[in-house]
Amino acid sequence: MRIGVPKETLPLERRVAATPESVKKLVELGLELAIERGAGLASGFSDAAYEAAGGKIVDRAAALGADVVVHVRPPTAADIAMMKAGAINVSHVQPERHPELPELFAKQKVTALALERVPRVTRAQKMDVLSSMANLAGYRAIVEAAECYQGFFSKQVTAAGSTPPARVLVIGAGVAGLAAVGAARALGAEVRAFDTRAAAREQVESLGATFLEITIEEKGEGQGGYAKVMSKEFIEAEMALFRAQAAEVNVIITTALVPGTKAPILVPKGVVDAMPPGSVVVDLAAEQGGNCELTKPDVIVQHPLPGGGHASIIGFTDLVSRMASTASRLFAGNLVHLLVEMGAKDGIRVDLENDVIRPALLTHDGEILPPPPKKEPTAPAPISKTTTPVAAIKMAPTSIRPPEPEPEKKKSGHGHGGSPGAPTMAGRIGGLVLATVLLAVGHLAPSDFLEHFTVFVLACFVGWQVIWSVTPALHTPLMSVTNAISGIIIVGGMLEIGPDFGLATWLGFAAVLFAAINVAGGFLVTQRMLRMFRRD
Amino acid sequence: MSFGGEITVAYLIAGVLFIRSLSGLGKQETARAGNFSGMLGMALAIVVTAIVWIGHHTDIPPVGIGLLIGAVVIGCGIGATLARRVEMTGMPELVAILHSFVGLAAVFVGIGSYVQGSDHEGAELIVHLVEIWVGVAVGAVTFTGSIVAWGKLRGSISGKPLLLPGRHVLNLGVAIAIVGLAVPFASASGDTGLTWILVMTGLAGLLGIHLVMAIGGADMPVVVSLLNSYSGWAAAAAGFVLVNDALIVTGALVGSSGAILSIVMCRAMNRSILNVVFGGFGTESGTAVASTAQQTGEVRELKVDEVAAKLKAAKSVIIVPGYGMAVARAQQAVHDLTRALKERGVKVRFAIHPVAGRLPGHMNVLLAEAGVPYDLVLEMDDINHDFATTDVVLVIGANDIVNPGALDDPQSPIYGMPVLEVWKSALVVVLKRGMAAGYAGVENPLFFHEHTRMLFGDAKKSMDALVAAVKS
Repeated sequence: MRIGVPKETLPLERRVAATPESVKKLVELGLELAIERGAGLASGFSDAAYEAAGGKIVDRAAALGADVVVHVRPPTAADIAMMKAGAINVSHVQPERHPELPELFAKQKVTALALERVPRVTRAQKMDVLSSMANLAGYRAIVEAAECYQGFFSKQVTAAGSTPPARVLVIGAGVAGLAAVGAARALGAEVRAFDTRAAAREQVESLGATFLEITIEEKGEGQGGYAKVMSKEFIEAEMALFRAQAAEVNVIITTALVPGTKAPILVPKGVVDAMPPGSVVVDLAAEQGGNCELTKPDVIVQHPLPGGGHASIIGFTDLVSRMASTASRLFAGNLVHLLVEMGAKDGIRVDLENDVIRPALLTHDGEILPPPPKKEPTAPAPISKTTTPVAAIKMAPTSIRPPEPEPEKKKSGHGHGGSPGAPTMAGRIGGLVLATVLLAVGHLAPSDFLEHFTVFVLACFVGWQVIWSVTPALHTPLMSVTNAISGIIIVGGMLEIGPDFGLATWLGFAAVLFAAINVAGGFLVTQRMLRMFRRD
Repeated sequence: MSFGGEITVAYLIAGVLFIRSLSGLGKQETARAGNFSGMLGMALAIVVTAIVWIGHHTDIPPVGIGLLIGAVVIGCGIGATLARRVEMTGMPELVAILHSFVGLAAVFVGIGSYVQGSDHEGAELIVHLVEIWVGVAVGAVTFTGSIVAWGKLRGSISGKPLLLPGRHVLNLGVAIAIVGLAVPFASASGDTGLTWILVMTGLAGLLGIHLVMAIGGADMPVVVSLLNSYSGWAAAAAGFVLVNDALIVTGALVGSSGAILSIVMCRAMNRSILNVVFGGFGTESGTAVASTAQQTGEVRELKVDEVAAKLKAAKSVIIVPGYGMAVARAQQAVHDLTRALKERGVKVRFAIHPVAGRLPGHMNVLLAEAGVPYDLVLEMDDINHDFATTDVVLVIGANDIVNPGALDDPQSPIYGMPVLEVWKSALVVVLKRGMAAGYAGVENPLFFHEHTRMLFGDAKKSMDALVAAVKS
C-alpha cells in the first residue's frame, strides 16, 4: 500500500505531513511512502533524509496518485482531480470554509478524512492534530508577543532600577490558551486567564495563573471541549471585564474559536485603546477572522492609542509554521497513530464502525456521508496539579479532553448497608417464577419439609440483609468466619454415629474430624486476623 | 427425631448467635465481638447435640464416645495448627481448603444418612432421598472444586484456564446425568441405591474439578466466594437430611454470604457471574491480548533515589497495592515507608480495589498484618475522586485494577470494569518486576501514560530501598 505525501502549496505553510522519522515508522509497518520532491524542505527535512528513512522521492502527480494521500492543508480542486478513485485523502478539509470539497471528493470517489473532525476523546488523543498544533500555537504566541513587547516578562531588580513583570491576559483556556499561560509563566510574567467554561479554572490555577470570572450564571461547556456561544448579557459582562483588564495588562492572547464559524470579536477597538502604550495583542483566531477587531491576517498592525504611543496587534496565521520542523514532527506523529488505527499493518481501510474514524469521514464510496449522531460529552476533565509550568505545557493536550463517556456505572452494592437497588423487570419476572415454584413446592411437599423450608428461606433472607452491611475491608475475615460456622456440619456427623460401628458411623466420624478442622481453624484464624486491624 | 423444646430453643439461640456474628463483622469495631458470638454459637450447638446424641444412644460403647472425642480433638488440633501457622499471604489457600472440608463432610453425612436408612414412606421418603442427593452433589462439587482452587492458588496447578473443547456441553451433560441418576436412586429399595449415589458423587466431583479448572487465576476471588456459598448450601442440604434447623439456618447464612461476596466481586469486575463461571477469561495470561488501541509511547523509568525525592516533596501520597505486593511479601516494607513518610508530614493513604489480591478483602488483611491502621485504607469508591489532587501514587504489583483501558478502550477485554483512576494524579510510580501483562492478559496503557514512571524490580527490595532513601 502506497502513501503519498505531496508538498504543501498554500503560501506561508511550511509544514509537511511526513518526516523522515514518521516515514521510517510507516515503512517498518510495511507501507510504501512516496514523497514529493522538496516536500520537507521548508520544515528542514531534505529529500535525502526521506530516502534514507526508506521513502521514495517522486513527482507531485505520483504523490497525489497514491492509495492514501496525506497532507496538512485542504487539497485544491486540481489536487483532487489527480487522485485516483478509491484512494483515501487524509488532511484538514474544513468543509465549512471549503464547501465545494466534499462534492469534489465524492465525484472523484475519494474517501476524505478530515483531521479536524477526529473526535476529541481520550482514545483519539494521540491522533488529535488540533491539540498538537494548538499547543504549538499557544507557545509561539507568547514568543511572538515577547519579541514585540519591549520589556522583560519577568520582574527584574537591577542596580539601575527595577521593572515590574509583564501582565498577560489569556482569553480562552483551551489547549492553546493553556500552552500560552504556561509559556508566559515560564518567562516570569504575571498571568491571568479567562474562559467561559468553569472547568478551566482548575487547569488555569494549576499553572500558576489567576482565573478571571464574571458573576453571571451560565455554563460555557460545549461540545468536544470547545466553548459554546454565550448569551448577550454574558457577552456584555465579558466585555466589561476585558475593558477593565485591558488597562492593567501588557499582553493579550486571544484563542477563542468556535468550530466552523467566524471567530467572535472579544477585543474590540475600545478594549485595545484602553491598553498601556507598547502593549501587544496576539490573535490566534486571525485565520478565522480574528478575535480582535483590529486584526489583519499575517501582519502586525501598529495601532495608535488615544493617549499616545501604540499597541501592536499580531495577526499571524502561520504561528505553527514558524516552528515548522517541530510542528511537522508532531503532525506526522499524529498521522502515524491515525494510520495505525486504520489498520496500517494489514492494509489501510475505512471502518465505518470505528468511533474515531467515522466522525472524521466526509465522503466514502462516492457519497457524502451524513455526520454521525453526536454524543454529548460534558465538561473537560480537569488536569491535575503540576509542579513546573514546563511540564504543564507538555500536558496541555491532555487537559482539553472531554471525559470518556462513563461506562455504565451500576451503584456498587459493596458500600455500606446498600442492598441491591430497585428491582428490574427481569428481577420482577424472576420473583414471580420463584413464587410459582415455591407454591408448587408447597402443594407437593410434606408439611414436615415445609416447616424446615420456611426456616431455610427466612435464614437466606436474614443472611442476605446482614452480609450487605459488611465492609469490604473485612471480607476475608467474613469468609473465614463463615468457614468456621459452616463447620456446623459437625453436628450432622455426630448425629450419624451409632452404636453399631457400621459404614454410617465411620462416615460420621470422618465428617466430625473434617468439620472440626473447619470450626477450630476458621474461628482461630479469624481471631488472629481481627487482632491485626487497628486504628491509627 | 424429637429432641424436645429445650433443644429447639438452644439451636435457635445458636442461630441468633451466628447472625450476630456475621453482623458484628460488618465493622472493625465490632468484628471481634462478632467472632466471639460465632464461637459461642458453635459451642452451644455442639454441646446440645452431644447431649442429644448421648441421650439417644444410651447403648453406645465407651469406644464410640472416645472415637468421637478423638475425632473432635484431632480435627481441632489440625485446625488450630493451620490457623496459627498460615501466613497472611496464604489466606486464600487456607480458605479454599477449609471449603473443601465442608464439602467432604457434607458428602459423608449425606451418604452416611442414606446407609443408615430411614423410616419415611411415600412422598416423605422421596423428599428425604432428594435431599440426600442434593446434599451429596453440592458437597462433592464443593470438595473437588475447592481442592482445585486451592491448587491454583498455591500455584501447584497452573492458573491458566483449562479449556476443553465443548466444555459447556460436557458440563451440561454431567449435570443432566447427575439429575437423571436420581431416578434409579430414588426407586431403589433398601440401600441398593448406594452404587447410584457413589457414581453420582464421582460425576459431581469431576464436574467440580472441570468447572474450576476452566477459570483463570484472576477470577479466583469470585471462585473462592462461590465455593464459600456452595459449602453453605451443602451444609443446609445436610440440615434438611437430618431435620436439623441449626444446620439449615447456618448453611443458609453461609450460602447467602458467599453469594453476596461473589456478586460484589463480579460487580467490581463489571462481569456477570455466568461470565466468570463459564468464561475461561484471561486465556493468554502473561501475554498481551491485541487491542485496537496500539500501545505507543515510551516507558519511562525512575531510580529509587528519584522516587524517594518525589515522595519526600509530595504533600499527599496514595499507595495502590495489588497481588504483586502479596507475592513479594512487601507489606511490612510498605508499612515502614508509610511511617517514614508520615513522620515527614506527608499524607499517606491506601486505595483498595475490590478484586485486588486473590480473596475478597485480601489486601486489607495483609496491610493490617503489617500494622497499617485501617482508617488509612480506603476502598475504591471512597478514594477514586481524590487522585486528581494527589502528588504521587505508588502502584505496587497491581495491573488490571489500574488499567485506564477499562474506561476508554471498548476493545479491551476488561472494558467497563471500574478501576482506580491513578493516572489523574501528578505522578504515578509503578513498581513492577517487568513489562508482562496482568492476569487478565491485557496490555496496560497506564505504563505508557505521560504521568507514569516505572520502578522495575522485586517489590520488596524496591520498597526496602525506598524506605532507606526516604529516611536518609
